[in-house]
Amino acid sequence: MSDKVIYAMYGDDEVLKSGAKKLVSNGIKIAEVYSPFPIHGIDPIIGVKGTRLGIMAFLYGLTGLALATFGMYYFMVVEWKMNIGGKPNFTYAENMLAFIPVTFEFTVLCAAHGMAIKYLLLNRTLPGMPAQNPDPRTTDDKFVMEIRLSENHGFTDDQVESLLKDTGFVELEKKIIE
Amino acid sequence: MEFSINNKAKNTAFGLMGGGLLLAIIGIITSAGDDHFLTRLMTNGLISTFFFFAIGLGALFFLALNYATESGWYAVVKRIIEAVAGLLPYGIALFGLVLLTISFMKGAHIYTWMDPHTVAHDKIIAGKTPYLNLVFFWIRTLAYFTTYILFLRGFRKRSLLEDEIGGTELHFKNYRRGATFLVFFAVFSSTSSWDWLMSIDVHWFSTLFGWYTFAGMWVSALVVIVMTTLYLKKLGYLPYVNDSHIHDIGKWIFAISFLWSYLWFSQYMLIWYANIGEEVTYYVMRTEHYKILYFGMFFINFAFPMLILMSRDAKRDAGILMFVGVIILIGHWLDVYIMVSGGSLGQNAKIGFLEIGFVLLLLGFFIYVLLRNLTKAPLTPVNHPFLDESIHHDI
Repeated sequence: MSDKVIYAMYGDDEVLKSGAKKLVSNGIKIAEVYSPFPIHGIDPIIGVKGTRLGIMAFLYGLTGLALATFGMYYFMVVEWKMNIGGKPNFTYAENMLAFIPVTFEFTVLCAAHGMAIKYLLLNRTLPGMPAQNPDPRTTDDKFVMEIRLSENHGFTDDQVESLLKDTGFVELEKKIIE
Repeated sequence: MEFSINNKAKNTAFGLMGGGLLLAIIGIITSAGDDHFLTRLMTNGLISTFFFFAIGLGALFFLALNYATESGWYAVVKRIIEAVAGLLPYGIALFGLVLLTISFMKGAHIYTWMDPHTVAHDKIIAGKTPYLNLVFFWIRTLAYFTTYILFLRGFRKRSLLEDEIGGTELHFKNYRRGATFLVFFAVFSSTSSWDWLMSIDVHWFSTLFGWYTFAGMWVSALVVIVMTTLYLKKLGYLPYVNDSHIHDIGKWIFAISFLWSYLWFSQYMLIWYANIGEEVTYYVMRTEHYKILYFGMFFINFAFPMLILMSRDAKRDAGILMFVGVIILIGHWLDVYIMVSGGSLGQNAKIGFLEIGFVLLLLGFFIYVLLRNLTKAPLTPVNHPFLDESIHHDI
């Protein structure tokens, strides 16, 4: 199904923000905003939900904790009772202190890597993936607002354009994407 | 807006003082004839006065840190940090008095190195006398106290002056003084904890001890700061303090609880692993005679802030912060209790009327001092250069 998309480019983030406010108050849904840096306070305007990355980080951390605990228990206690510095590992509990630094590091490793990979996947920005932004200038000094007609039933592209007219954009582009 | 103490708060503070005094007197009467009574009395005095002194000192450090880093977010809670730091002169007076009494009692079996008889029969202590002797101890103690008081007075004076004249000159002066304080404090926080706390276990030493004590005082101070902020906010005094400020102090509590836990664990694990006779004595005493308290204290100081304060919503919730705050304060009082009692009373330590009475008495007193400090200046600074940034703080 084809969809008509309107890209409005701005030269300043504050101008984009006030434009977005005007559009949203007229009942238009903004699909996405592309920007070279995070725009403070744009999330509530265009209705981006709070991220759940923190919860994922906690779960990745728990995974790391469990893996490290199991690994240490198996390597150091079950499979071969290692004797380090005169402290033989007969049980996990007695020697737990020695295992905590590694457990801690592995928890951090899993949480950090899991979170980073998850983030890249969510944004489809893993190395080699095609770029998502409509214009390379949004990685430099321009800001682009994306409005999809499929999400705005009851508006024609001309109506959206007339609303955009005095928001101060520097360029406007319409595209049909498949 | 000027703060005025309401009757309820005043009655609570005096009620705590009265109740604490009553319990302390009951404690003194019922245990006056016991063995080690004087040592227990002075140990108690040392624990509780040090605990509240440390809260004031932690707040002074936090204030200096925010000056030195030119923080912007904290401008609307600055007066609260100042009020908590204002506990310091009273803390110094009481803590200094206890130290002085102990010195006249030849150490009262707390600082055994103050007793010439013990030193004469103890080669290890004799070897430490160039550092641990009464004269040098008091020179150092007075140097710490004077430095802290001078910096505190300077910060406070310039903060009030800024309200009147504004400008950035005072701000940059505060910035330089804040950084200077950190330099002094970096040394003094370690050496003072050796002098006042580590020398109780006079045979024992640990290079981590200073940071461990310091992390404990820092987190206690932050808890008091957030609880005061929440209290004032509830009464409607702080119109500019929003969720983001509370969230930021919550993050500090979360982070510094971790710092404390990290240092506690590092000290414990290294000594446990190396298993050297003269080092493990400290932990043998504490794990054998204070087992439940010692590990329980670590558990609540580590697990409570970690599990409860981890989420964003919890750090913005007044009820949760208050609850965790009370738990952390109890936890860190227990930490100081075990640090001091483990060395002075050993297996004879117990928590009874005397201990609880002393804490309540001082708690009431310091709540009253804190509230009085808050009345002395407008709760929001007028001309702080970052005030506008702080009012619009949003994370």
